[in-house]
Amino acid sequence: MEIPKSFLGYKRENGRVGTRNHVVILPVDDISNACAEAVANNIKGTFAIPHAYGRLQFGADLELFFDTMIGTGKNPNVAACVVIGIEPKWTKRIVDAIATTGKPVEGFSIEGAGDIKTIMNASQKAQEFSQWASEKQREECPLSDLWISVKCGESDTTSGMAANPAVGNLMDKLEPLGVHLCFGETSELTGAEKVCATRGATQEASDKFMKTWSDYNDFILKEATNDLSESQPTAGNIAGGLTTIEEKAFGNFQKIGSRKFIDVLTPAEEPKKGPGLYFMDTSSAAGECLTLQAAAGFNIHLFPTGQGNIIGNAIEPVVKLTGNPSTAINMKEHIDLDVSKILKREMNMDQAGDELIKTTIRAASGRLTCAEVLGHKEFIMTKLFRSA
Amino acid sequence: MANTDIIIHDEKDNVGVVVIDKITPKQECNCWIMENDGSVTIVSKSEIPLGHKIAMIDFNEGDTILKYGHDIGKVVKPIKKGEHVHVHNVKTKKW
Repeated sequence: MEIPKSFLGYKRENGRVGTRNHVVILPVDDISNACAEAVANNIKGTFAIPHAYGRLQFGADLELFFDTMIGTGKNPNVAACVVIGIEPKWTKRIVDAIATTGKPVEGFSIEGAGDIKTIMNASQKAQEFSQWASEKQREECPLSDLWISVKCGESDTTSGMAANPAVGNLMDKLEPLGVHLCFGETSELTGAEKVCATRGATQEASDKFMKTWSDYNDFILKEATNDLSESQPTAGNIAGGLTTIEEKAFGNFQKIGSRKFIDVLTPAEEPKKGPGLYFMDTSSAAGECLTLQAAAGFNIHLFPTGQGNIIGNAIEPVVKLTGNPSTAINMKEHIDLDVSKILKREMNMDQAGDELIKTTIRAASGRLTCAEVLGHKEFIMTKLFRSA
Repeated sequence: MANTDIIIHDEKDNVGVVVIDKITPKQECNCWIMENDGSVTIVSKSEIPLGHKIAMIDFNEGDTILKYGHDIGKVVKPIKKGEHVHVHNVKTKKW
């Protein structure tokens, strides 16, 4: 197949391109969720991203909180953003950082004003943003404006056989076109970590990966109360035929095809070494991983599943594919692309990769994904340690 | 092309994955080796559902299971060729 050269996206002020045109009401902290949701309820064309944190965090955990919030606002899938927090200082820090993209953003703090006045003021601004964003049009953009993140979930042996290598095939075809790519799931590479390390494009990248993996593994060993067999593989993985973390890891690893990663990112870190494949240090929990990848600026996500994970994301469209024929039938409404014909040898990997490229470009150009239509807007903060 | 019942990732692998709804005991199964497009057959000894693994050789306790051409765990209970390979007879070497 000749790979299409372009998709239809929203060009943003800073040169990045969005696959979506969201107007987001972003609460800074747990207690501002009510206000943000009231604004989103008042003003059509907007939505709130409620979450559980943002109070009394400190140190590296606080920095990751800010990176996640700011990165979410900066993501090119967000056209404009209203930020609402209890206190002015943290609210302003997030607003100022999002404003560096040049997109419309305004902050409101509740302290001293109360919910009702804040809802009124923020709603007026949200209305202005919503109507402004509604006039934005999609334009033809080169595929190099795609920043594709990947993560698999509820994996089974069909993931390693069909859905994950289909993603790998897409990576092999799109990386030469200048696409940014990102995989993560540090703990789920356990068992394949040494093989994964050989995929560093430089010795520095390989060393950085091994250090990242070892640090995470040490943390897991320190906190684990048993051999972790209850969590990795999960009960769903085991039902699907996966036996050990090593087997899961080698299946997982098929997602990067034959690519090499050029750098290792910290959670939510924006890639800065240009196009190519990046590894990000993330949890293997889907909600956390996707939230971090979206905060790093990725604008579309590919999610292979075996037994049928149903995850979406607040701002990144999530394209789901499966190689499991039962999941493709029984959970049809969640599956954007069925590659289970690979198991019957009625479809080869080259064809599966092509189909996935087509599905990805359609989703990037505006076709709603199953997760979007079903209302999945997961936004899950990664918490490094407990708050003060 | 004969119906494929089992897929083997790598020619070094000593387990295969069932890719039909299930295989039943004494079923003669066609296996396809993805890496080199080769074929072998095996007679099953257990009922094995879709996505689960079958032993392609006899294993003793302590042996290593190879899939994708790599070590994916150790055998903790002897397994006969054609039997179901899963969490009851194989454990991780990690954790």
